Amino acid sequence: MSAAAAVVALVQLVVVTALAPLLVGLMRQVRARSEGRVGAGLMQPWRDLRKLLAKDPVRAEGASWILVAAPVVLLASSLIVAALLPLVAAVPLPLVPNDLFVVVSLLLLGTVAVALLGLDSGTAFGGMGSSRHMTVAALVEPTVLVAVYALSVPVGSSTLALIVRARLQAPSLIAAPVSLIAVIALAIVVIAETGRLPVDNPATHLELTMIHEAMVLESSARDLAWLELGSWIRLASLLGLMGNLLAPWGVSTGAAPLSLVVGVVTLTVKLAVLGAGLSLGEVFMAKLRLFRVPELLAGSFVLAFLAVTASYLLA
Amino acid sequence: MSAVQAGLLAQAGLSGAAVVLALVLGTARARATACGTLCALSAGFGVLTGALAVSGRTGAVLVSMALPPGHLVLAPDRLGGVFVVVVSAVMCLVSVYAIGYARTGSTGSRTSWVALALFGLGMQMVPAAADLVAFLFAWELMAVASTALVLIDQARSPAVRSAALWYAAMTQLSFLLVVAGLSVLAASTGSDTFAVMSAGHLSGATASVAFVLLGLGFGTKAGVVPMHVWLPRAHAEAPSHVSAAMSAAMVTLGVYGLVLVCVRLLPAGPSWWGVTLVAFGALSALYGILQASVASDIKRLLAYSTTENVGLMVLALGSSVLLRASHAPAVAGVALVACLLLVVSHATFKVTLFLGAGSVLHATGERDLDRLGGLGPRMPVTATGFAVGSLAAAALPVSCGFVAEWTLLQALIHGARVQDRLVTVVMPLAVAVVALTAGLALLTFVKAFGIGFLARPRSDTAAGARESPAPMRVAMLAGAAVVVVLGLVPGPLGVALARSVGVRSVTTVGLGGLDLPVVGALLDPVALCLVAGVVALPVLVASLALARRHPSRSTVLAWGNGGARVSPRMQYTATSYAEPLMRVFDDALQPSRDVQVTHLAESRYLVERVEYRQHLGDVVEERVYRPVIRLAGRVGMAARHLQNGSIHRYLAYSFLALIAVLVAASL
Repeated sequence: MSAAAAVVALVQLVVVTALAPLLVGLMRQVRARSEGRVGAGLMQPWRDLRKLLAKDPVRAEGASWILVAAPVVLLASSLIVAALLPLVAAVPLPLVPNDLFVVVSLLLLGTVAVALLGLDSGTAFGGMGSSRHMTVAALVEPTVLVAVYALSVPVGSSTLALIVRARLQAPSLIAAPVSLIAVIALAIVVIAETGRLPVDNPATHLELTMIHEAMVLESSARDLAWLELGSWIRLASLLGLMGNLLAPWGVSTGAAPLSLVVGVVTLTVKLAVLGAGLSLGEVFMAKLRLFRVPELLAGSFVLAFLAVTASYLLA
Repeated sequence: MSAVQAGLLAQAGLSGAAVVLALVLGTARARATACGTLCALSAGFGVLTGALAVSGRTGAVLVSMALPPGHLVLAPDRLGGVFVVVVSAVMCLVSVYAIGYARTGSTGSRTSWVALALFGLGMQMVPAAADLVAFLFAWELMAVASTALVLIDQARSPAVRSAALWYAAMTQLSFLLVVAGLSVLAASTGSDTFAVMSAGHLSGATASVAFVLLGLGFGTKAGVVPMHVWLPRAHAEAPSHVSAAMSAAMVTLGVYGLVLVCVRLLPAGPSWWGVTLVAFGALSALYGILQASVASDIKRLLAYSTTENVGLMVLALGSSVLLRASHAPAVAGVALVACLLLVVSHATFKVTLFLGAGSVLHATGERDLDRLGGLGPRMPVTATGFAVGSLAAAALPVSCGFVAEWTLLQALIHGARVQDRLVTVVMPLAVAVVALTAGLALLTFVKAFGIGFLARPRSDTAAGARESPAPMRVAMLAGAAVVVVLGLVPGPLGVALARSVGVRSVTTVGLGGLDLPVVGALLDPVALCLVAGVVALPVLVASLALARRHPSRSTVLAWGNGGARVSPRMQYTATSYAEPLMRVFDDALQPSRDVQVTHLAESRYLVERVEYRQHLGDVVEERVYRPVIRLAGRVGMAARHLQNGSIHRYLAYSFLALIAVLVAASL
């Protein structure tokens, strides 16, 4: 059991790390094509990473160890989340089950690392990005917990692997109104958490509208590479989780090689579909004014809360 | 003589010796060393005694008195033992810290040390008390000594005197309510010992009256909203080691009182008690963390965070009462253990944070985050302590704060499975409140640590800061170590806490992890760390390999967006950091802003100066307390007309009083 779980975690780690830059490349390509541009190709994020890793980092005098540590912490936290979440297979590690609260707190550890990085630079933009980032994170957290809580009600456990397994065995759960509401709420917060439109614009070059990009302005070379890779892995993991909640088919329930291959292939397909869809949606959307974002998040919270109470009162 | 007895006597003896030495010794430095050591030893014996009591050893000390009822009884049971350990451990750190902190000025005065020794002794005796009189005696000793300690710095500013006045009024109010509540219990059970009272099985209206009185009394001491108004003042204005003791230990005893009532004295409370506690807890948690997230005074921020944490404890206790009333004793037990875990974790991280804040104050003379910054490289030990404390306060792994909040959330989400409409509505709301609180706590402590210790100094005093003396560093590091160890190996602590309240369903798992079989959840932080280590290893290896091939270059102006690093004034401050949040929660916080723009005389289109002022008060204080105080003032003024100094009028009063008595007697 534990060996199988370790194999699954390792496979997920490798697959998600390999796929995450490709997913971002795909999303940029879809966006470019739908805007009438040629685009840089699927492999461009990988090429960017290689370029960044081959450079000498430039660090400002007086920058503290946070500048070096924060990117590593973000990347590590994203990698652990990728290993723990039920992406390729729903096989929890013994002693470290992918308990919802643990996963959220690991994600938050990465969030905090980047927020401290923004403050450490001692520039106005870093502080601004950090402040906005933490405000959004603070308002996102209740929705995340309540939404997955709603999903956990029919299963009786906050372990994500068990939730995905239950949905695999009883597909009627997926189409239940309660679960749909919860998934919509979760989708909104995943968008906010990964810094996509309409909450944050990942492609912006205007500092005043930046959230995530403003915090990493001071980072360069491998520091920046780790930050980029970390946030891409985070995006891929959360989209993969969404995909498995919406369409759990193909997720392996063991560590047999064939079923793992099926799991990897279906995960790739799900990521591609969700990524392309998200990207297409973004083409038609403008960034929301910062102080309208709380309204969006409040809306998603209401949905999540509705899902929880409905799941008890209608049951 | 049993070991518990010996421990109790040793505590009292050492504290007494500290009082004598504080009065005898002439120089402040000698006083600090001698009294600090004795107080720390007394607290150390407190930890031992409490640990013995937790492990099931018993022993009683009878103090004879000339007045009835004849004697005071000190005999800690298991639950009391837990709190004796918590309070004593906090006092031990605080005493060691004070050796370095309280050796000059008014904080190192005779009064200060006498009060600190008595304060510590009082707090260690409260949870050891086995009868009403001993409890109230220790409680009042703690209250009076702490009032004196809040007042120590009174020469510094009028704010200190005002804080002490608020504190004295609220703490005595709390005492009166506790006396009234315990009297109701004693009168209806006919005994003044807790053991007999809890065997009385009171229920109905009498029990509810006692519950309300005691809830208000202990809630005031614990700083539950809306009785929290003394807390941000007293914690901010008291010397920092006293703030640490008050926040981490004294407030904890308010929670002890509530646990004592709900678990031992009146164990069969109806569900409305639970709902009331959950409501007050949720209100305190949200209001406390909102105020903390926008505060820029570091000690005020920590004080409001205390209100938040107490709110979470009360919420956990309330859900335990509610679940027990809904016939789900197993989950109720988990909620109760969550409450105690929150108590322990709050005490450890809050003492570390307050000691860290005190160290910053000691080094810079500044409490205002807007004027700090860049302290990390200048005060590495303080920064480490504060960072670890912040990690726990933000409930992030690996820290005891995370374990406690995880247990609470597990209890809440599984509690809602009970077939009871009330429970299924209350529990999701409680989860949402806890989650929002956790989110805001994250922002609050990123702000506190990031603005205070990272970036560049925002004032000259911050730029010239130097690390604190050794005793202070030792105390902070010890506190931080406990936070991390309890976060890594929560299993044994969880089991001990569960046994102290008679819950059997908590066990250890794996490498010191916590297992809650009732709710089907387990947490093994060591295993999590091992996984994290395995995953992070390749990243670290790659980073190191790359660092050898591509060493970093250092420049004055890296990516400063067109020449940023000119003035530290351009950085974000604590106020600006919380500004978006302030806007979001504008209605709840009601800040008042004042912007004055001065134009140049030549043209209205050119601005000479912009003045921005923002004041953020406490909504509860302004809306509830101020009107009451004004009313009391008006009544007092009106009453002055009765006494105008005329002897004729006073004679008339006596005459009228005599007639009234005669008439009343003849009826």
